[in-house]
Amino acid sequence: MASTLGLVLSFLIFPGLFFTAVMGLATQWIDRKVSALVQWRVGPPWYQPFADILKLLGKEIIIPAGARRAGFLFAPMAGFAAIGVVSTILWLTNLHGTSFVGDLIGVIYLLTIPSLGIILGASASSNPLASVGASREMKLVLAYELPFIIAIFTAVTKVTPMTLRLDGILEYQAANGVLLGNASCILAFIVCILVAQAKLTYPPFDIPEAETEIMDGTHIEYSGAALAVIKLQQAMLLFTLPIFFITVFWGGLVFSGWNILYTIVKYVIIIVIIVLIKNVNPRVRIDQAVRFFWGPVTVIAVVGMILAILGF
Amino acid sequence: MNATKWGFKKSLWVFHLNAGACNNCDIEVLDCLCPKFDIERFGMKLVGSLKHADVLLVSGSVPRKVVPDLIEAYEQVPQPAVVIAIGACACTGGIFKDGYNFAGPVDKHVPVAAYVPGCPPRPEAIIGAIVKLLGKL
Ligand code: SF4
Repeated sequence: MASTLGLVLSFLIFPGLFFTAVMGLATQWIDRKVSALVQWRVGPPWYQPFADILKLLGKEIIIPAGARRAGFLFAPMAGFAAIGVVSTILWLTNLHGTSFVGDLIGVIYLLTIPSLGIILGASASSNPLASVGASREMKLVLAYELPFIIAIFTAVTKVTPMTLRLDGILEYQAANGVLLGNASCILAFIVCILVAQAKLTYPPFDIPEAETEIMDGTHIEYSGAALAVIKLQQAMLLFTLPIFFITVFWGGLVFSGWNILYTIVKYVIIIVIIVLIKNVNPRVRIDQAVRFFWGPVTVIAVVGMILAILGF
Repeated sequence: MNATKWGFKKSLWVFHLNAGACNNCDIEVLDCLCPKFDIERFGMKLVGSLKHADVLLVSGSVPRKVVPDLIEAYEQVPQPAVVIAIGACACTGGIFKDGYNFAGPVDKHVPVAAYVPGCPPRPEAIIGAIVKLLGKL
């Protein structure tokens, strides 16, 4: 009973929904501030993402005529909960080593739920621009999942004995040095950063929510608290994806002595790379994005996989 | 002051509605977003969807054809929300007040919280109006 309560608490508060949401919003401030500096602006104050969420919670929720009420309102919740679970799994594995067989597969699976939730919600909203956004998001998911899975399994192949447990990967890295020291895993890591860009729908892959073209696309009809859930989910994904990559490729999160600083530096490096890619690229078309992911990116991922099998 | 009200003041998302303006006011609104003025410092940003907006910036003299669209746009913005009239046209009708199709100004159709006169108003004037409005909210 006590352990059930502990699990529920760790899902709801630390390191689950609450902690992830707060850290995600803080990360979003880093994102906005770095973007502002790149564009030679001052940028928002540190509490800006929190103020946005508080404001949205106080606003009216408008449900468009012709929309499917339940689908429209609950679809974003699915992604929100899924990211909370992913974050809980990753942090518990890193902090206490509580892992289970196949949690790596669980994490990969759960990381697609937010996209599916957005697609469902957008299709339920009966807005043509949202449908266009949803169809683009669907194509984008199809495009990036293949290289993403190949890249993650490169790490699995590299670990001996092969394991699908996150703590197995962490133990291997603790004993033999981080996976990022190998040529194959560097390629896989590059693929993962590109896929992160698409998962977060950041430029150059912000095609589903192109602001100037289809007016925020998939979430055009959301307002008030429902929009707050979507914004929170994006922030949480921005926090969780780098943690996932650090766990799989870069030795995990270590919180002892000077390693705290090292962990934070790893996290900030990944965030800044993502934000810089976001700021120096224009939006591509959906067909270009699909061709990019199925062409060069998949080739890089496959080359990484072959190198890993050959032992590099 | 409760939390959502504080959030509202610190994070105004702006939707920009051209109700028959000559496009000069709209250019001045866009100037507010550029690096020189950077209204993101105050948490404001331009959004693409009416459903995300807190502030409706209306410019233009509101010709007869635009009236139903203006009212519909105002009704689609989730409350609480405010309307700001940008430019002489939106405030009084300006040089178009005797036009054959003039049906404005804006406050004849939707409640307006702040008026920014000028043809076109400078970006400083627009930012100044929003700051004064924030004091009143
Ligand atoms: S106020 Fe002047 S600048 Fe603005 S829309 Fe009217 S005529 Fe154009």
